[in-house]
Amino acid sequence: MGIVSPGFQGRPRTAEPALPPGQYLTEDFPVLSAGPTPRVPLDTWEFVIATETGTEFRWTWDELMALPQETPTVDIHCVTHWSKLGTSWRGVSLDTLLEGVDTAADYAQAHSYGGYTTNLPLDDLRDGQAWVVHTYDGEPLPGEHGGPARLLVPHLYFWKSAKWVRGVRLTVEDEPGFWETAGYHDYGDPWREQRYQGD
Amino acid sequence: MVAQTPARAPARWRVGRLVERRVETPNAQTLVLELPDWPGHLPGQHVDVRLTAPDGYQAARSYSVAGPAVDGPGGPRIELTVQRVPDGEVSPYLIDVYREGDPVEVRGPLGGWFVWRPQETAPVLLVAGGSGVVPLMAMIRARRAAGSRVPFRLLYSVRTPADVIYADELRRRARDDLGLDVAYVYTREAPDGWRGEPHRIGLADVNNHGWPPDLEPLCYVCGPTGFVETAADLLVGLGHQTRRVKTERFGPTG
Amino acid sequence: MTELSYLDGNMLDGPLRELFAVDLSTATGRCDHCGTVGPMAGLQVYAHAPGLVGRCPTCVEVMLRLVRAPDRAWLDLRGTTFLQVPMPVQTPR
Repeated sequence: MGIVSPGFQGRPRTAEPALPPGQYLTEDFPVLSAGPTPRVPLDTWEFVIATETGTEFRWTWDELMALPQETPTVDIHCVTHWSKLGTSWRGVSLDTLLEGVDTAADYAQAHSYGGYTTNLPLDDLRDGQAWVVHTYDGEPLPGEHGGPARLLVPHLYFWKSAKWVRGVRLTVEDEPGFWETAGYHDYGDPWREQRYQGD
Repeated sequence: MVAQTPARAPARWRVGRLVERRVETPNAQTLVLELPDWPGHLPGQHVDVRLTAPDGYQAARSYSVAGPAVDGPGGPRIELTVQRVPDGEVSPYLIDVYREGDPVEVRGPLGGWFVWRPQETAPVLLVAGGSGVVPLMAMIRARRAAGSRVPFRLLYSVRTPADVIYADELRRRARDDLGLDVAYVYTREAPDGWRGEPHRIGLADVNNHGWPPDLEPLCYVCGPTGFVETAADLLVGLGHQTRRVKTERFGPTG
Repeated sequence: MTELSYLDGNMLDGPLRELFAVDLSTATGRCDHCGTVGPMAGLQVYAHAPGLVGRCPTCVEVMLRLVRAPDRAWLDLRGTTFLQVPMPVQTPR
């Protein structure tokens, strides 16, 4: 620890019961980005689920919009220590998208326009835990927050909720993604504070 | 000025103390820090400043050094000019809370690329956006301190006349430092008697107040990312070699 | 939009100097993706992220990633083919 700076508190870091360990509450919505914001025209946008055997399931924007829509209100936790409570989204459950997808895969790797990737167990995309969302707080999801559409997996650290999501590859082996190959935890449960490898 | 030898050791955190504070604009202040074992630096280099809360929480930000180190009774002193970032974490502390005599941790000098060496002979164009003037002012001050006669031009974009950092010193140096020209671009509000309307920096500004590419000047551009992007593109579009246009962007973290 | 939310590779010196004894921001690097050779100070660095991501100014592919945990650091340079580092002249014996 460094020399204490007299009078310095930093951002308020009150421990609230609703917050995982090491998190502080924020009211605004910080923009984190590992690269330039891709611009994806809706008429060429697509979402693809590819199974371990190479079978692909594709949706255009209009087809995604025609699916049953859900409106989750969830807390989100970023590994850079901020949490935001009660965020409201609109989108399609991964349960809906995975319906009819025949797979023996245990893992999933989400990939994005712009090249970002992140991995998680396939089970964490099921049972009402994950969505492809296109609306935030009643408005179309802004590009800086991952629009036209992003993954939303709020029970894991927010880097798992891939912005600008383009598809999910289902895999037999776990394939670490962009941050998972650079020191971040493979699973990323905020309540167990799984930030870095070995945590 | 303290001599600079290339740093060849892992940078460590040094403890400095505030010995003086100067108000530059309503939102910018210069902090004079005493750093007893400061090794010296080149004009354009920056330092990282780290704050630590009683519970161990830390926040660090980069700040450009504003001029050559000077010797004080307690050792070398360096100046940092800090612009307040609304909702920032470090700059409001340094401006509102940090007091004379208080310790602060400093790592540096850092960044050997965005530097001007007084032995350079090429003409220099400095393009500043807002508080991006700080490392460029370090070059202007070092030029005078070294007795360099290299022609310098500063093109400084600010919102309003009240936002000009180092306003008096720039007025004085433009008069007294032979071979230094200073020109302004006002983006929101121009002073009385100013010819033209407030505008964002454009081709005419860079063309009128810069150097022709034939002279192969060294160009230094510092400011917010969008400003630097615009100014660097204008310079390259005018025919300046990319390698001779050095940039330093700063983001909205505070 | 936040297209222009990146910084210059100049800022890498502080974080990298925790690991190395020289200023790697002044080193020359080659992008493994497009072959561009230039100063690491010229990289586009995305710092509002869980780590630092340095991208090639020509092709915008990732050349460097640096993640800092409280007690560990990870440096990934697989997008960089080589780093040419200025060294003091060594007199031959």
